[in-house]
Amino acid sequence: MTTLLTDTGRFEVPAAEAAGEDLWLPAGDAETITGWSVKPEGLCKAEVCVPLPPGRAQHFVQGSRVNVAALWRHLGQLVVHSDRGRAWVLASSARERSAALRSLQAPDFTLPDPSGRLHSLSDYRGKKVFLVTWASW
Amino acid sequence: MWQELYQELAPYDFLPIAVAMDSREGDALPWIEAAKPTYPTLIDREHRMADLFGIVNVPQAVWIDETGRIVRPAEAAGAYEGFRRMNRTTREMPEDVARLTAHARTTYLDAVRDWARRGAASPHAFSADAARAHLPALTEDMAAAQAMFRLGQLLLQQGEREEGQRWLGEASRRHPESWCIWRQSAGVNDMGFAALPDFWERVDALGEGRYYKPVDMPGMP
Repeated sequence: MTTLLTDTGRFEVPAAEAAGEDLWLPAGDAETITGWSVKPEGLCKAEVCVPLPPGRAQHFVQGSRVNVAALWRHLGQLVVHSDRGRAWVLASSARERSAALRSLQAPDFTLPDPSGRLHSLSDYRGKKVFLVTWASW
Repeated sequence: MWQELYQELAPYDFLPIAVAMDSREGDALPWIEAAKPTYPTLIDREHRMADLFGIVNVPQAVWIDETGRIVRPAEAAGAYEGFRRMNRTTREMPEDVARLTAHARTTYLDAVRDWARRGAASPHAFSADAARAHLPALTEDMAAAQAMFRLGQLLLQQGEREEGQRWLGEASRRHPESWCIWRQSAGVNDMGFAALPDFWERVDALGEGRYYKPVDMPGMP
Protein backbone atom coordinates (compact mmCIF):
# COMPACT_ATOMS: atom_id res chain seq x y z
CA MET A 1 0.00 0.00 0.00
CA THR A 2 1.35 3.41 -0.94
CA THR A 3 0.35 6.50 1.02
CA LEU A 4 0.34 9.86 -0.72
CA LEU A 5 0.10 13.24 1.02
CA THR A 6 -0.90 16.29 -0.96
CA ASP A 7 -2.29 19.71 -0.15
CA THR A 8 -5.79 18.31 -0.23
CA GLY A 9 -5.24 15.33 2.00
CA ARG A 10 -3.99 11.80 2.49
CA PHE A 11 -4.59 9.06 -0.06
CA GLU A 12 -4.00 5.31 0.15
CA VAL A 13 -3.27 4.05 -3.36
CA PRO A 14 -3.04 0.26 -3.73
CA ALA A 15 -2.26 0.46 -7.46
CA ALA A 16 0.68 2.90 -7.13
CA GLU A 17 4.06 1.77 -8.40
CA ALA A 18 7.20 3.46 -7.11
CA ALA A 19 10.53 3.14 -8.89
CA GLY A 20 13.30 5.33 -7.52
CA GLU A 21 12.21 8.92 -7.96
CA ASP A 22 9.18 7.98 -10.04
CA LEU A 23 5.67 7.35 -8.81
CA TRP A 24 3.27 5.81 -11.30
CA LEU A 25 -0.46 5.97 -10.64
CA PRO A 26 -3.39 4.76 -12.73
CA ALA A 27 -4.61 7.80 -14.65
CA GLY A 28 -7.92 7.74 -12.78
CA ASP A 29 -6.18 7.86 -9.39
CA ALA A 30 -3.83 10.57 -10.61
CA GLU A 31 -6.79 12.72 -11.61
CA THR A 32 -8.74 12.10 -8.40
CA ILE A 33 -5.75 12.85 -6.22
CA THR A 34 -3.99 15.66 -8.08
CA GLY A 35 -6.64 17.02 -10.44
CA TRP A 36 -4.34 16.47 -13.43
CA SER A 37 -5.53 14.36 -16.36
CA VAL A 38 -4.08 13.17 -19.65
CA LYS A 39 -5.42 14.98 -22.72
CA PRO A 40 -4.20 15.26 -26.31
CA GLU A 41 -2.70 18.65 -25.36
CA GLY A 42 -0.67 17.07 -22.59
CA LEU A 43 -1.33 16.99 -18.86
CA CYS A 44 -4.18 19.29 -17.91
CA LYS A 45 -5.78 20.66 -14.78
CA ALA A 46 -8.81 22.95 -15.10
CA GLU A 47 -7.86 25.43 -17.86
CA VAL A 48 -4.13 24.80 -17.61
CA CYS A 49 -2.41 22.33 -19.92
CA VAL A 50 1.23 21.39 -19.80
CA PRO A 51 2.54 19.85 -23.01
CA LEU A 52 4.69 16.78 -22.50
CA PRO A 53 8.34 17.47 -23.40
CA PRO A 54 8.94 16.21 -26.96
CA GLY A 55 10.72 12.87 -26.96
CA ARG A 56 10.18 12.43 -23.23
CA ALA A 57 6.45 11.88 -23.06
CA GLN A 58 6.97 8.30 -21.91
CA HIS A 59 8.64 9.62 -18.76
CA PHE A 60 5.29 11.12 -17.78
CA VAL A 61 2.62 8.93 -19.35
CA GLN A 62 2.76 5.25 -20.17
CA GLY A 63 -0.42 3.60 -21.32
CA SER A 64 -3.02 4.47 -18.71
CA ARG A 65 -0.51 5.37 -16.00
CA VAL A 66 0.84 8.78 -15.01
CA ASN A 67 4.17 9.48 -13.29
CA VAL A 68 2.88 12.09 -10.82
CA ALA A 69 6.32 12.58 -9.26
CA ALA A 70 7.81 13.51 -12.64
CA LEU A 71 4.85 15.81 -13.27
CA TRP A 72 5.33 17.51 -9.91
CA ARG A 73 9.01 18.14 -10.55
CA HIS A 74 8.23 19.33 -14.10
CA LEU A 75 5.84 21.87 -12.56
CA GLY A 76 8.57 23.08 -10.24
CA GLN A 77 6.90 21.57 -7.18
CA LEU A 78 8.38 19.44 -4.44
CA VAL A 79 8.43 15.69 -4.05
CA VAL A 80 9.81 13.68 -1.12
CA HIS A 81 9.39 9.99 -0.46
CA SER A 82 10.31 7.37 2.09
CA ASP A 83 13.25 5.02 1.57
CA ARG A 84 11.12 2.12 0.37
CA GLY A 85 8.84 4.32 -1.73
CA ARG A 86 5.64 3.53 0.12
CA ALA A 87 5.08 7.06 1.49
CA TRP A 88 5.16 10.13 -0.74
CA VAL A 89 4.56 13.84 -0.24
CA LEU A 90 3.61 15.99 -3.24
CA ALA A 91 4.16 19.47 -1.87
CA SER A 92 3.97 23.05 -3.08
CA SER A 93 7.08 25.04 -3.83
CA ALA A 94 7.94 28.17 -1.88
CA ARG A 95 7.29 30.14 -5.05
CA GLU A 96 3.71 28.87 -5.21
CA ARG A 97 3.13 29.46 -1.49
CA SER A 98 4.57 32.96 -1.73
CA ALA A 99 2.39 33.81 -4.72
CA ALA A 100 -0.66 32.66 -2.79
CA LEU A 101 0.29 34.78 0.23
CA ARG A 102 0.94 37.84 -1.95
CA SER A 103 -2.72 37.74 -2.96
CA LEU A 104 -3.31 38.40 0.77
CA GLN A 105 -6.30 36.06 0.71
CA ALA A 106 -5.71 33.76 3.66
CA PRO A 107 -5.38 30.20 2.33
CA ASP A 108 -8.17 27.95 3.55
CA PHE A 109 -7.37 24.98 5.75
CA THR A 110 -9.24 22.29 7.67
CA LEU A 111 -8.09 20.97 11.05
CA PRO A 112 -9.73 18.96 13.84
CA ASP A 113 -10.56 20.14 17.33
CA PRO A 114 -9.94 17.82 20.31
CA SER A 115 -13.30 16.09 19.76
CA GLY A 116 -12.33 15.35 16.16
CA ARG A 117 -14.77 17.83 14.68
CA LEU A 118 -13.31 19.51 11.59
CA HIS A 119 -13.10 23.29 11.27
CA SER A 120 -12.19 25.25 8.14
CA LEU A 121 -10.99 28.83 8.20
CA SER A 122 -13.70 29.60 5.63
CA ASP A 123 -16.32 28.53 8.21
CA TYR A 124 -15.48 31.77 10.02
CA ARG A 125 -15.71 34.22 7.15
CA GLY A 126 -17.37 37.34 8.50
CA LYS A 127 -15.29 37.35 11.69
CA LYS A 128 -12.09 39.18 12.48
CA VAL A 129 -10.00 36.07 12.95
CA PHE A 130 -7.02 36.10 15.31
CA LEU A 131 -5.23 32.94 14.20
CA VAL A 132 -2.71 32.15 16.91
CA THR A 133 -0.38 29.18 17.37
CA TRP A 134 0.79 27.56 20.57
CA ALA A 135 2.47 24.35 21.70
CA SER A 136 2.39 22.28 24.85
CA TRP A 137 6.08 23.02 25.45
CA MET B 1 -5.37 31.65 26.99
CA TRP B 2 -7.39 33.98 24.81
CA GLN B 3 -10.71 33.34 26.48
CA GLU B 4 -10.86 36.67 28.33
CA LEU B 5 -9.98 38.57 25.20
CA TYR B 6 -12.63 36.65 23.30
CA GLN B 7 -15.31 37.43 25.83
CA GLU B 8 -14.35 41.09 25.76
CA LEU B 9 -14.23 41.42 21.97
CA ALA B 10 -16.81 38.92 20.70
CA PRO B 11 -19.39 41.74 20.29
CA TYR B 12 -17.09 43.18 17.62
CA ASP B 13 -17.09 39.93 15.60
CA PHE B 14 -13.64 39.07 16.90
CA LEU B 15 -12.74 35.37 17.05
CA PRO B 16 -9.52 33.73 18.21
CA ILE B 17 -8.68 30.44 16.54
CA ALA B 18 -5.95 28.76 18.55
CA VAL B 19 -3.88 26.17 16.72
CA ALA B 20 -1.71 23.70 18.63
CA MET B 21 1.49 22.91 16.75
CA ASP B 22 1.73 19.56 18.45
CA SER B 23 2.30 16.32 16.65
CA ARG B 24 2.32 13.77 19.42
CA GLU B 25 -1.11 12.38 20.12
CA GLY B 26 -2.71 14.00 23.11
CA ASP B 27 0.00 16.57 23.89
CA ALA B 28 -2.31 19.55 23.54
CA LEU B 29 -5.40 18.01 25.12
CA PRO B 30 -4.79 18.51 28.86
CA TRP B 31 -4.05 22.18 28.25
CA ILE B 32 -7.22 22.69 26.23
CA GLU B 33 -9.35 20.81 28.76
CA ALA B 34 -8.05 22.95 31.61
CA ALA B 35 -8.69 26.20 29.74
CA LYS B 36 -12.22 25.31 28.56
CA PRO B 37 -12.17 27.79 25.67
CA THR B 38 -15.34 28.65 23.78
CA TYR B 39 -13.43 29.62 20.64
CA PRO B 40 -12.09 27.00 18.21
CA THR B 41 -8.97 25.18 19.37
CA LEU B 42 -7.48 23.11 16.59
CA ILE B 43 -4.72 20.49 16.43
CA ASP B 44 -2.17 20.93 13.66
CA ARG B 45 -0.10 17.76 13.68
CA GLU B 46 1.32 18.28 10.22
CA HIS B 47 2.05 21.99 10.80
CA ARG B 48 -0.20 23.25 7.98
CA MET B 49 0.18 26.67 9.61
CA ALA B 50 3.87 26.58 8.82
CA ASP B 51 3.24 25.43 5.27
CA LEU B 52 0.55 28.00 4.48
CA PHE B 53 1.48 31.04 6.58
CA GLY B 54 5.24 30.67 7.15
CA ILE B 55 4.87 30.18 10.89
CA VAL B 56 8.10 29.10 12.58
CA ASN B 57 7.46 29.49 16.31
CA VAL B 58 4.81 29.83 19.00
CA PRO B 59 3.03 31.99 19.84
CA GLN B 60 2.74 33.53 16.41
CA ALA B 61 -0.44 35.11 15.11
CA VAL B 62 -1.99 36.08 11.78
CA TRP B 63 -4.79 38.63 11.65
CA ILE B 64 -7.46 37.92 9.03
CA ASP B 65 -10.35 40.29 8.37
CA GLU B 66 -14.01 39.53 7.70
CA THR B 67 -13.41 39.12 3.97
CA GLY B 68 -10.61 36.61 4.51
CA ARG B 69 -7.82 39.09 3.79
CA ILE B 70 -4.56 38.85 5.74
CA VAL B 71 -4.30 42.10 7.70
CA ARG B 72 -1.14 41.21 9.63
CA PRO B 73 1.03 38.29 8.45
CA ALA B 74 2.64 35.84 10.88
CA GLU B 75 4.39 37.58 13.80
CA ALA B 76 5.17 36.94 17.46
CA ALA B 77 1.90 37.38 19.35
CA GLY B 78 2.95 39.65 22.20
CA ALA B 79 5.73 37.29 23.24
CA TYR B 80 9.14 38.64 24.11
CA GLU B 81 12.69 37.30 24.44
CA GLY B 82 12.62 38.05 28.18
CA PHE B 83 12.52 34.39 29.14
CA ARG B 84 16.15 34.11 27.96
CA ARG B 85 17.21 36.13 31.01
CA MET B 86 15.21 33.89 33.34
CA ASN B 87 17.00 32.05 36.13
CA ARG B 88 16.68 28.49 34.90
CA THR B 89 16.52 26.96 38.34
CA THR B 90 14.26 29.40 40.18
CA ARG B 91 12.48 30.51 36.97
CA GLU B 92 12.69 34.11 38.19
CA MET B 93 13.17 36.99 35.79
CA PRO B 94 15.05 40.22 36.51
CA GLU B 95 12.54 42.96 37.24
CA ASP B 96 13.36 45.12 34.23
CA VAL B 97 12.95 42.11 31.96
CA ALA B 98 9.68 41.10 33.61
CA ARG B 99 8.41 44.63 32.99
CA LEU B 100 9.41 44.55 29.33
CA THR B 101 7.76 41.16 28.93
CA ALA B 102 4.50 42.43 30.42
CA HIS B 103 4.75 45.60 28.34
CA ALA B 104 5.17 43.59 25.12
CA ARG B 105 2.11 41.54 25.90
CA THR B 106 -0.04 44.55 26.84
CA THR B 107 1.05 46.52 23.79
CA TYR B 108 0.13 43.63 21.52
CA LEU B 109 -3.20 42.90 23.18
CA ASP B 110 -4.16 46.58 23.05
CA ALA B 111 -3.42 46.56 19.32
CA VAL B 112 -5.64 43.50 18.91
CA ARG B 113 -8.39 45.26 20.86
CA ASP B 114 -8.05 48.33 18.66
CA TRP B 115 -8.37 46.25 15.52
CA ALA B 116 -11.36 44.35 16.89
CA ARG B 117 -13.13 47.62 17.63
CA ARG B 118 -12.08 49.69 14.63
CA GLY B 119 -11.31 47.15 11.91
CA ALA B 120 -9.54 48.64 8.92
CA ALA B 121 -9.50 52.05 10.63
CA SER B 122 -7.02 50.72 13.17
CA PRO B 123 -3.41 51.76 12.45
CA HIS B 124 -2.40 48.22 13.40
CA ALA B 125 -4.32 46.77 10.45
CA PHE B 126 -1.85 46.87 7.56
CA SER B 127 -2.83 48.23 4.17
CA ALA B 128 -2.47 45.74 1.33
CA ASP B 129 0.97 47.11 0.43
CA ALA B 130 2.17 47.07 4.03
CA ALA B 131 0.80 43.55 4.58
CA ARG B 132 2.70 42.33 1.51
CA ALA B 133 5.86 44.00 2.76
CA HIS B 134 5.51 42.13 6.05
CA LEU B 135 4.94 38.68 4.55
CA PRO B 136 7.54 36.15 5.68
CA ALA B 137 10.15 35.32 3.06
CA LEU B 138 9.54 31.69 2.12
CA THR B 139 12.55 29.84 0.74
CA GLU B 140 12.69 26.54 -1.13
CA ASP B 141 14.64 25.11 1.84
CA MET B 142 11.69 25.98 4.07
CA ALA B 143 9.25 24.32 1.67
CA ALA B 144 11.46 21.24 1.44
CA ALA B 145 11.71 21.12 5.23
CA GLN B 146 7.92 21.25 5.49
CA ALA B 147 7.51 18.39 3.03
CA MET B 148 10.07 16.34 4.97
CA PHE B 149 8.30 17.18 8.23
CA ARG B 150 5.01 15.84 6.85
CA LEU B 151 6.75 12.72 5.59
CA GLY B 152 8.44 12.17 8.96
CA GLN B 153 5.14 12.54 10.82
CA LEU B 154 3.44 10.10 8.47
CA LEU B 155 6.18 7.52 8.97
CA LEU B 156 6.02 7.90 12.75
CA GLN B 157 2.27 7.37 12.60
CA GLN B 158 2.88 4.23 10.58
CA GLY B 159 5.27 2.93 13.23
CA GLU B 160 8.44 3.59 11.20
CA ARG B 161 10.15 5.24 14.13
CA GLU B 162 13.75 5.26 12.94
CA GLU B 163 13.05 6.59 9.46
CA GLY B 164 10.39 8.98 10.74
CA GLN B 165 12.81 10.53 13.22
CA ARG B 166 15.45 10.77 10.55
CA TRP B 167 13.15 12.81 8.29
CA LEU B 168 12.18 15.13 11.17
CA GLY B 169 15.87 15.66 11.87
CA GLU B 170 16.52 16.37 8.22
CA ALA B 171 13.59 18.82 8.15
CA SER B 172 15.12 20.69 11.08
CA ARG B 173 18.51 20.81 9.38
CA ARG B 174 16.94 22.24 6.21
CA HIS B 175 15.08 24.89 8.20
CA PRO B 176 17.09 25.50 11.36
CA GLU B 177 15.23 28.73 12.17
CA SER B 178 11.97 26.83 12.69
CA TRP B 179 11.41 26.20 16.38
CA CYS B 180 8.16 24.43 15.49
CA ILE B 181 10.01 21.78 13.50
CA TRP B 182 12.83 21.49 16.03
CA ARG B 183 10.41 21.19 18.94
CA GLN B 184 8.76 18.16 17.38
CA SER B 185 11.96 16.54 16.17
CA ALA B 186 13.69 17.03 19.53
CA GLY B 187 10.60 15.91 21.41
CA VAL B 188 10.53 12.60 19.62
CA ASN B 189 13.87 11.61 21.06
CA ASP B 190 13.36 12.92 24.55
CA MET B 191 9.79 12.79 25.77
CA GLY B 192 8.37 16.08 27.05
CA PHE B 193 10.47 18.06 29.43
CA ALA B 194 13.61 15.96 29.10
CA ALA B 195 14.27 17.93 25.90
CA LEU B 196 14.57 21.20 27.85
CA PRO B 197 18.39 21.16 28.25
CA ASP B 198 18.64 20.86 24.46
CA PHE B 199 16.19 23.75 24.15
CA TRP B 200 18.30 26.08 26.32
CA GLU B 201 21.42 25.07 24.43
CA ARG B 202 19.76 25.96 21.17
CA VAL B 203 18.46 29.27 22.53
CA ASP B 204 21.91 30.17 23.85
CA ALA B 205 23.39 29.39 20.45
CA LEU B 206 21.32 32.27 19.05
CA GLY B 207 23.74 34.66 20.74
CA GLU B 208 22.69 38.13 19.71
CA GLY B 209 20.13 36.69 17.30
CA ARG B 210 16.44 37.03 18.09
CA TYR B 211 14.26 34.11 19.22
CA TYR B 212 11.25 36.09 18.02
CA LYS B 213 11.66 38.37 15.05
CA PRO B 214 10.84 41.98 16.10
CA VAL B 215 7.19 42.96 15.64
CA ASP B 216 6.50 46.11 13.64
CA MET B 217 4.17 47.81 16.10
CA PRO B 218 4.63 51.13 17.94
CA GLY B 219 5.83 50.54 21.48
CA MET B 220 6.97 46.95 20.91
CA PRO B 221 10.38 46.17 22.47
